[in-house]
Amino acid sequence: MIPGPFSYHRPATLADAVKLLSTLGDEARPLAGGHSLVPMMKLRLATPEHLVDLHGIDGLKGIRRDGNRIVIGAMTTQHELLASDEIAKSLPMLHETVLLIADPQVRYRGTIGGNVANGDPGNDMPALMLTLGASYRLEGTAGARDVAASEFYQGAYFTALEPGEILTSISIPAPAAGHGYAYEKLKRKVGDYATAAAAVVLTMSGGKVAGCAIGLTNLHETPLLAAEAARCVIGTSLDEATLKKAAAAAEAIMSPAADARGPVEYRKHVGGIMVTRALTRAAGRAS
Amino acid sequence: MAKTHVTMKVNGAEIEGLVEPRTLLVHFIRENLQLTGTHIGCETTHCGACTVDLDGMSVKSCTMFAVQAAGSEIITIEGVANADGSLSALQEGFRMMHGLQCGFCTPGMILRAQRLLKENPSPSEAEIRMGISGNICRCTGYQNIVRAIQYAAAKINGVEFQEAAE
Repeated sequence: MIPGPFSYHRPATLADAVKLLSTLGDEARPLAGGHSLVPMMKLRLATPEHLVDLHGIDGLKGIRRDGNRIVIGAMTTQHELLASDEIAKSLPMLHETVLLIADPQVRYRGTIGGNVANGDPGNDMPALMLTLGASYRLEGTAGARDVAASEFYQGAYFTALEPGEILTSISIPAPAAGHGYAYEKLKRKVGDYATAAAAVVLTMSGGKVAGCAIGLTNLHETPLLAAEAARCVIGTSLDEATLKKAAAAAEAIMSPAADARGPVEYRKHVGGIMVTRALTRAAGRAS
Repeated sequence: MAKTHVTMKVNGAEIEGLVEPRTLLVHFIRENLQLTGTHIGCETTHCGACTVDLDGMSVKSCTMFAVQAAGSEIITIEGVANADGSLSALQEGFRMMHGLQCGFCTPGMILRAQRLLKENPSPSEAEIRMGISGNICRCTGYQNIVRAIQYAAAKINGVEFQEAAE
């Protein structure tokens, strides 16, 4: 399988990349790790006339602490996230989830920026970013702006990115000390997208849930925040009746596609189970 | 489409070539460089038969463009034997432990395992299995592939290879 012909550009600065993308318009695509785009190009489902490779730009990589936030450059690879002590310490849910993305080879190339910016409902990072309250830095010819992850996803492969804009970094508020977390992903095999997955971050106080956020992957055309389900569990000790109620509240907002991973009813059902499991495991980890 | 001149180091040798931007790295390796040990299996980033080592990373060479590898250092299966031509620890492990049946996945398995052992010289069985989870064996001979990697790890670490009890 050979992709259609295209022109290859490798700008050395972000300004040049933005200029190229805005000048070339719809026929140009930015190229990050390429592990979503290149397979699509080989299948000729994507036929961009220009690729603007972001690998030549210094400063799009790296993980740094900025006060109470962790800022991750968009071109930071999943392999680099796994190797980071800062991520393991401050964002253990991110570490846990990255291990569930694809396979080792893909993680050497795949980037966090590509994962969140592509708008693929199957990607794991977007729901995580909603759950963690992350924001994205988007840079274009008109300058930079920050968009909350919760405002970014508009439809499958359709995001708040304007033509010519590049997602350059992700900023995540450090979760409270002692928080519990879990990402539960049901998949058919290593490397598969989720049949259903749920992310949970919560804090406990006196045996009761004090704060909670729940995100859902691949259960809608965009990642979802299950706000009502999270509200259900606040003030409870996550007894069985509460878990059932939370799962039902989450299932009520799911609208997955029927595909090889199963019919709609099945995917919603297991989606509810992922929520229950993630809540239980997160609570067990909270202190 | 205009061709681009690229240079890179492959198995220690400086090479150059002219590529179209759309030329995949695996096609450049197999067709331009005539290094056909790197295999094309699924062509869809799943099977790992095309795995090569690129600047210290295991990559699926069917999922990047040759032009992106300009300036890189690449190791393929043709470059893994010892300098004197003797088998590397991993090659020996695959031979001794019957780690290959049809052999199609073997180049990718060995390149992936070589990088895994560089990063983690004493992996547990679970770490080996996760480490090669991006490589698929059509003969499903994973048991012996895992033993081959354990054999190589023991040899590299200078300890005697002991098979786990069945």
